Amino acid sequence: MENIINALPYFWEGLQLTLYIFVVAIIFGFAIGLIVALLRLAPSKILNWIAKVYVDAIRGTPFIVQLFFIYFGLNMLEFISLDRIAAGILTVAINAGAYYAEIIRAGIQSIDKGQTEAARSLGLNATQNMRYIILPQAFRRMLPAFTNQAIISLKDTSLLSVIGIAELTQQGQIASSTTFDYFSIWFAVGVIYFIVIYLLSLLADFTERKFVLR
Amino acid sequence: MTMIRVENLKKSFGDLEVLKDINAVIEEQEVVCVIGPSGSGKSTFLRCLNRLESITGGHVYIEGQDITDPKLNINKIRQEVGMVFQQFNLFPHMTVLQNVTLAPLKLKKGDKAAADEKARQLLDKVGLGEKAGAYPGELSGGQKQRVAIARALAMDPKIMLFDEPTSALDPEMVGDVLEVMKQLAKEGMTMVVVTHEMGFAREMGDRVIFMDGGYIVEENVPKELFDHPKEERTQAFLSKIL
Repeated sequence: MENIINALPYFWEGLQLTLYIFVVAIIFGFAIGLIVALLRLAPSKILNWIAKVYVDAIRGTPFIVQLFFIYFGLNMLEFISLDRIAAGILTVAINAGAYYAEIIRAGIQSIDKGQTEAARSLGLNATQNMRYIILPQAFRRMLPAFTNQAIISLKDTSLLSVIGIAELTQQGQIASSTTFDYFSIWFAVGVIYFIVIYLLSLLADFTERKFVLR
Repeated sequence: MTMIRVENLKKSFGDLEVLKDINAVIEEQEVVCVIGPSGSGKSTFLRCLNRLESITGGHVYIEGQDITDPKLNINKIRQEVGMVFQQFNLFPHMTVLQNVTLAPLKLKKGDKAAADEKARQLLDKVGLGEKAGAYPGELSGGQKQRVAIARALAMDPKIMLFDEPTSALDPEMVGDVLEVMKQLAKEGMTMVVVTHEMGFAREMGDRVIFMDGGYIVEENVPKELFDHPKEERTQAFLSKIL
């Protein structure tokens, strides 16, 4: 117990970094996902193909390999210099982006094509149709899947400890290896993750109720 | 004045040729009903008139403008051509009022108060003034279709296309929708109506077009077409449904 209390300030520091990386990465990830989903559905075959290659490449490789490639691999290029945190955020964002792209694509395609026909027949162009008719409806259907992916991304940030980012799991490593109290420390780290993720799913439930399907 | 001119219109879905060679002229204020067996191409024909279906061959002119011209801004044309669908296709995430005001607000850049006011008038006209704040999910089929008509009218179209507007309705709802359409016809709206409502076609149609197998087989004033069909296929079709 004493070991946990002593470690709490470090956990707090680590948690802040975890949440910072998570929030920034999820915002970029969502933007990437939206763009890639729209490319995937665009009328151009080349754009479809680019989007598909991206999604397949990310889904087909482990997160940790992506992280190593971005942090160690890309940094070998002369014109690129990413610090740990930037590389971490980039990896989580690029990884989540691929999954978000699929969630958004499926959501858009789940909307009845009569909706597009009605909107276009009124004279709305393709962009206006997407913005006012399709995305608002699709977004509601995507919410549960978004929550899932956000939780996965939050847990993925723990893997960033392997490149030495001092996020929550890394703080756990340090605390446990200095105290040798692996049981208490890792139990406490688990509880902290659990609480954060539980709060996140409460927030998601609330949002879902607010944007109730009609 | 000619509102719609269709010349040698062809439409294929892959290898399937749905419209083979359609020629038609629709004048201002005319009400033209299109009838025919399912699979005859009548809905596809209607959907080519605002290019909701891409056109494979031939020309369609709306008020003299060739909508098969790829340089033409089809969105401008569509603002002049209202469309009503069998499945209503109301926007479920918006209230009835928002459904009606969406296109005018986004496309005509008018102010909201004026758009709301006009929408309320249109909703009154279709008998649904008190439903302005409701969501489509709270309406019956007949009410939904009348909202869909109001939504199309909000853009002040010069032409209205109806794609089997009463086919998805419970029988007791059909009358209200037809009543609104009759009112519209009396006000001089140019209308093309794909329908199975032979009573409406006979009463309100200035002309009836009978389609079968991707062709216009016969067209005439309703009385002649229904009472003295000239073509064998028309006779066969009418004998089955009347």
